[in-house]
Amino acid sequence: MSSGKLVNFKFLGFLLLVVLVSPLFLPTYIVSLLTQAMIFGILAMSLDVLVGFTGLASLGHASFMGVGAYTVAILVTEKGYGFWPSLGAALLVAAVVAAIFGLLALRATGVYFLMITLALAMMVWGVAYRWYRLTRGDNGISGIPRPELGVPWSMWVETNFFYLTLCAFVVVFLLLYLLVRSPFGYSLIGIKDSENRMQALGYNVWLHKYAAYILAGTFGGLSGAFWAYFNGFVSPPDIELTVSVEVLLMVILGGAGSLIGPFFGALIVVFMKNYLSIYVGRWLMILGATYILTVLFIPKGVYGGLGDLVQGLWRLRGKRPEPVKLEDSV
Amino acid sequence: MKKRVTRREFLKTSAAAIGGATVLGGVTPRMVLGQTPIKVGVVLPLTGPYAGVGAMMRDGILMYHETVANKAAGRPIELIIEDTQGAPANAVTKLRKLISYDKIHVGMGGFLASAGYAMAPIFKANKLPFLSPVFSSDDLTQRNLNPFLLRVGWTSSQPAHPLGEYAYKKLGFRTVACIAADYAFGYEDVGGFQRTFEEAGGKVVQKIWVPLGTEDFGPWLQQIKKGVDGVFALAVGATALNFVKQYKEGGLWEKVGPMIGYEPTTDEFVLQNMGDEAIGIISAHFYSAALETPENEKFVKTFAERYKKVPSYFAESCYVALRVVKEAAEKLDGKVDNREAFLEAMKNVEIKDPPAPRGPMKFDAYNNPIQNVHIRKVEKLGSKFGVKCSLWNTVVYTYPMVSQFWKYDPKEYMKQPPYSRDYPPCRYCD
Repeated sequence: MSSGKLVNFKFLGFLLLVVLVSPLFLPTYIVSLLTQAMIFGILAMSLDVLVGFTGLASLGHASFMGVGAYTVAILVTEKGYGFWPSLGAALLVAAVVAAIFGLLALRATGVYFLMITLALAMMVWGVAYRWYRLTRGDNGISGIPRPELGVPWSMWVETNFFYLTLCAFVVVFLLLYLLVRSPFGYSLIGIKDSENRMQALGYNVWLHKYAAYILAGTFGGLSGAFWAYFNGFVSPPDIELTVSVEVLLMVILGGAGSLIGPFFGALIVVFMKNYLSIYVGRWLMILGATYILTVLFIPKGVYGGLGDLVQGLWRLRGKRPEPVKLEDSV
Repeated sequence: MKKRVTRREFLKTSAAAIGGATVLGGVTPRMVLGQTPIKVGVVLPLTGPYAGVGAMMRDGILMYHETVANKAAGRPIELIIEDTQGAPANAVTKLRKLISYDKIHVGMGGFLASAGYAMAPIFKANKLPFLSPVFSSDDLTQRNLNPFLLRVGWTSSQPAHPLGEYAYKKLGFRTVACIAADYAFGYEDVGGFQRTFEEAGGKVVQKIWVPLGTEDFGPWLQQIKKGVDGVFALAVGATALNFVKQYKEGGLWEKVGPMIGYEPTTDEFVLQNMGDEAIGIISAHFYSAALETPENEKFVKTFAERYKKVPSYFAESCYVALRVVKEAAEKLDGKVDNREAFLEAMKNVEIKDPPAPRGPMKFDAYNNPIQNVHIRKVEKLGSKFGVKCSLWNTVVYTYPMVSQFWKYDPKEYMKQPPYSRDYPPCRYCD
């Protein structure tokens, strides 16, 4: 982390405040887009644990979202489960699937790991597509009601659901932050930097990776649960390969290894997809150009790039950037 | 994507407005601006794998808007067109946007059945009338009826019922093998065909389900039983090109039997890119570009002139959808803001004078059109109505005013399970 701290809490606190009050002056459509961005933000942050901290680029992360979403969809529409049991089940099923997939995928590294995750994701897609009795196949499962939480606020109101998602988002962020700042998290970064060295130092590299994979998958499942409640609907295109690619791009766009960065990536992608497209027919070209320019000119991603810019401005004002503390530098 | 106003048009109108205002002096702003528009939200797959079809649909809507009517009862009709990329989740997001941000009066569009199922709860919850020109999943106007969905297209099995009877009675087929894309749309097509064909006395002796997106049909075509009288074949989208070609090249016309295709197999959208291999395929649908009526001739000519292609039902159905909106709005004298009344007025629209390009059309009690089903045969004509194109779906027979329930009683019909991979069961398969 060249810019010192992983996360600038002052900045994030300010951001949280802005997000908290934003529904007061934004139209509901924009609020629903923000909700969507936060759901994908959770997914992208969980993927960042793999990509940015452990050095495992996975091309199948949408499958965990899919597992979570389908679990909620099936339990809610067929068994009439409430919010908390469905959410718990989504996390559990995603964790179990990740535990199985991890055993298969983590035998390989690099491109081979990427290919195996891709194949596994295709399997999940295949199940969603072909196991008609369970998943309603191509038609998808519709009619998932918004959760009843026993609070006076109806979740059918976009703003209320937005605050619910925000709570989940903040909790996930804090948990993941604690995770990557724990000794375990530092070992993951060690593995990313030099696997052999960590092995030589006596760390159980495989077990570390395996645990990271399961954790990332579980949080991916959480995003899926919210996705199902948000859309009221799940179908195979929700978990296609393109979605996995999109999530990986969100991570890279926002800045891999910055944890909150991928949320900004998600924000950019969601808004380009749904807002820019109102005004520009060829919005896909703009999105593509954004990806390429980011990779070429701000390889640290939007968030890292932004941090550098702010620091540069501080310097211009004659102030020194904060010294890099030892325990924060990685 | 809003319908773009070019700079020149903008200058012209604003100049006219300002000029007019100055000349008239004391007119109220409302008179200068005209009445508030009737907003029609359209969701279409304009990018991604179904972009070609999406463009065809958009052209149909635009053509009605630009050449027939862009006003109803004095209120301008405003189109707001949104891209879904063909993904149901995006369709949902875009529909939400149209409802809460643009405050549309009526929605239309959608392509995949899954997008239809995804959007249905949303327009129901918002009490927004929604017209479906294309997505055809049976149950949306049957067992899973959505009161706010009004179909101007078809149910998947609607043309399949008469086709089954036609195959037995007119073509004289007694045994048929079915080969179809492996998803709900395919099940509904094969199911509808099988039911009426077997009730007439025929036997479906084989059903082969091919995964969606298959490009090489060789391994599947080899499995078709020899000695059947004909083959019912459904290949969708661009894969139909390969399917028809391989069927011909494999000598299946001679070795196995003639092909009955379903709508998508010879839809004008793909037919324009096929060669002689497609000649002779029989199919059924509510529309054919070669339908010989004055309304259709005019429609095809104008469409070909404007968009340089032959229209298929994707365009026709969207064209008719906007007409339903317009006629209902006129009946209400432009008062479309009460959505339930608007929906009711649209349900009561009867398209007959003049008929639509497809012919006359009215809605049944379940919001699905009752309309003619045409049996079509691919012929090499070179050009028709002065429009150059090699192959056309010549209409050889017409079943008048077919309902989605065919000749069955709706209540009895809906007691049966929906058509699926295993229903109706294949009693004569071994």
